[in-house]
Formats: sequence, C-alpha cells, structure tokens
Amino acid sequence: MQKVHVKININEKPYEAEIEPRLLLVHFIRDIAGLTGTHIGCDTTNCGACTVILNGKAVKSCTMFAVQANGKDVITIEGLAKDGKLHPIQEGFWVKHGLQCGYCTPGMIMAAYQLLKKNPNPSEEEIRIGISGNLCRCTGYQNIVEAIKYASEKMKGEI
Amino acid sequence: MTIMYPASFEYFSPLNMDEVLELLSKYYKDGAKILAGGQSLIIAMKLRIISPKYVIDINNIPSLSFINESDGYLKIGALTRYVDLEDSDLIKTKYPLLYEAVKNIADPIVRNWGTIGGNICYNFPGNNLPAVMLAYNARFIVRNLSGSRTISAKDFFLGPLQTSLKEDEILTEIQIPIPQPKNSGYFIKLAKRTGDFAIVSTAVNLSLNYDGTVKEAGIAIGGATNNPVKIVKAEEALVGSKINDELIREVGKIVSDVIEPVEEPFGPPVDYKKAMAGVLTIRAIKQSLKNIIG
Repeated sequence: MQKVHVKININEKPYEAEIEPRLLLVHFIRDIAGLTGTHIGCDTTNCGACTVILNGKAVKSCTMFAVQANGKDVITIEGLAKDGKLHPIQEGFWVKHGLQCGYCTPGMIMAAYQLLKKNPNPSEEEIRIGISGNLCRCTGYQNIVEAIKYASEKMKGEI
Repeated sequence: MTIMYPASFEYFSPLNMDEVLELLSKYYKDGAKILAGGQSLIIAMKLRIISPKYVIDINNIPSLSFINESDGYLKIGALTRYVDLEDSDLIKTKYPLLYEAVKNIADPIVRNWGTIGGNICYNFPGNNLPAVMLAYNARFIVRNLSGSRTISAKDFFLGPLQTSLKEDEILTEIQIPIPQPKNSGYFIKLAKRTGDFAIVSTAVNLSLNYDGTVKEAGIAIGGATNNPVKIVKAEEALVGSKINDELIREVGKIVSDVIEPVEEPFGPPVDYKKAMAGVLTIRAIKQSLKNIIG
C-alpha cells in the first residue's frame, strides 16, 4: 500500500506523518494532529462543519485528501484564540448567542473568518451568502448572523 | 486507528502537463481519474460510488489555471476555480451569463476549490455550466499523449455523467467566443434551496444588431433532462426578429414544447418542469435585454 510522507502546518505548528493517500484532511486534523475542534457532519460536502482555512481559503476538509495539503498552512478553530483571548468572531458567537448545540459552530466560525477577511464590512445578505455552505439545525441562523455582524464591527474597532 | 472512507488508490501529483499525459496514457485502461477540485470526485469516492485505482492530482499545475481573451475567444484554463471566475472583473462585466451561473454553484466554500473543468467534464444533470457552454457555443481543447483536438460544446455532452472526452484525454481549456457589441446574457436556476442542483436551469445569451433585431441567440436548458439541451428552434425564432413581449412568450412556449424532462421518483412532475423551463427562459431573455438596452 502506498504511503506518503506529509508535513502540514496546522495553526503554525508542523505535523508530520506517513499516511495513505486516501486519508481525508479532516481525519488528519482530528486523528493525527489531535485537533478535534474541526467536526465531521454530513460527509457529503453539504454541512460545512469541517471547514478550515487552507493557505488562506476556506475549504471543506472532508472533501480533500490530506496529501493535497502537504507543505501547506491550515488554520482550524483552535488557531483563532490568541494568548487566551477569544477571537472577535468567537466572542461574537458568545455574546450574541450564535449557537445552541454547538456542532456547526467551528465550521461557521471558520466560514465567517474567511468572509470577514475578504469583506470586512458585509451586509446581512452578504453574511447569509457567506455562510450558505454551513448548516445549522438549531438556531435558524438569526443569531449566527448577529454574531458575525458583531465580529465585523468589533474588528473595525466599533465595539 | 484512523478511519478511511475511500478505497485505496495510488496517488500521483505531477508537476507538468507532459507528466499528466504520460500517467494518463499509462493508467487510463485501469480507470485512472483526474483529480481537479475534487468537490464531486472525492464525494463519489467516499461513498464508494467509484473506486479508481489511480488518481492523478492536477492541482500542482498552475499553467492549467488562467482567464484571458485572445484570438477572438475568452480562454479559461480547466483548473480555474469558480472563485477566480466570480472575482474576475472581466467575467462580471463581459460574460454575465457565466458570472450568474458560477455565482450560483453550490456555496462559497465549495466555490473556493471546485473548478470549471470539473463541472463540465462531470456533466451531472443538475450542474450549472454544461447548459451555459451550449448557450455560448463554447468549445473545449482536450489533450492526450499524441496531441490535442477541439470539441464543440454541442458535441461534448453525451448524456448523464457522459461526455465525448476519451479516457486517455484531459480537458485543458474552455473557449467562449468574445461577445459581439450589444450582448448580454442571463442564467436562472430553479432549485430547492440556495446552491442546490438545478431542478431546471436556463442559460440565455443574446446579441442585438444596431437596429434592435437579434443578431445571435443562444438558449439552453439544464437540470430538467438527462443531458443539457440547446433549444435551436427557440434560437432560430429569435434571430433576425425584433424582440417584443409576444415573441418572448412564443420562445418560452417553444422551450416548454421541445424539452422532455425526466420523470424522477421524488421530483416535481414533468409538466411542471416543462412549464418552468419556458417561464425561466422568458425571464432570462427579458433580463438579458434589460442589460443590453439599460
């Protein structure tokens, strides 16, 4: 069986392993790097629970092979808080009650992270389009949208 | 113990086209698959709908990703990702039909990674782009080890998940004729929810003469049938005529009459899909005209 040596930088820390090419990126992140904040939801690229940032782009890590991330930089939910301080998006989800069961939250936050990088001042409609690849089965999205709005304002220094 | 969903395969990550073509020619008989964005292929592999023995990943070949206009064509590399088309001012301003269709593929995260070539080669009935390519009269450059050939869109799409691409060939470039002056187009998709596959989609591309008559018309329907359909009769009804509401309604009727939707076990009725194909076409023609005339 073919094994490939890969090194993936996750949250600025290198993780190396001999893996089979069929190993999905999400399983590398969860099982090999031990970072279980990234969730597996639908397994068919619908739900977005597994969203991470790969070289600056949000991707669904269940729809990519780990070998494809060899030598690249990944940011997961664990990489957002700095020095024990929540990232403004995480803070927004807390303050605005942007979660209920919390299962979709890491993916939602990573989708919001990319959205705000690309468009620091999104309208409500742009926020809804931005998270249209992420499913929430609890809250009906209203508070998630509020949380992202909060984060956008906070990141601009308005709150 | 790590979970692994797809069956084992041998993985290649070539760094140039020559290597890709050699690998393809060596392994195509064993069902080698090209991995581009993987937003369809990897899912199919996880579900074990397909289990290729060889996977040739073309993501490390940047020369397959480009957008430019030359020699009368808009040329797009097969590995160009949806997000790059969506973010391109050239596509947004000059190719509204393509822009609207790309913007409505899946969701932003999938669009970050999925590719135009993958969408076309997969030819899934619910995909947006096959009908768009028919409406544009696009053509495709494909290559194998012994050379390259050009296939017109109308000869490319053969049936559900089937194209005239041979197993040892790879799509490298999509070519769309540079639009005439006074041109615009529009894409409308009827889907259960944002970003879902189309129940019915319509792609319209229109060019007017300076006297207001139609110079060129491209009309194609996706989603409703097993294969995207170019509605030549509807195109012919428009060309040479001055457009008015009556003619647009007539064209809508032609589309509804021509289209033969597939009966799906849990899908909407065939008659509904026929009717909607006409309605969406009427709306897309009106929007295209509005874009041209202002």
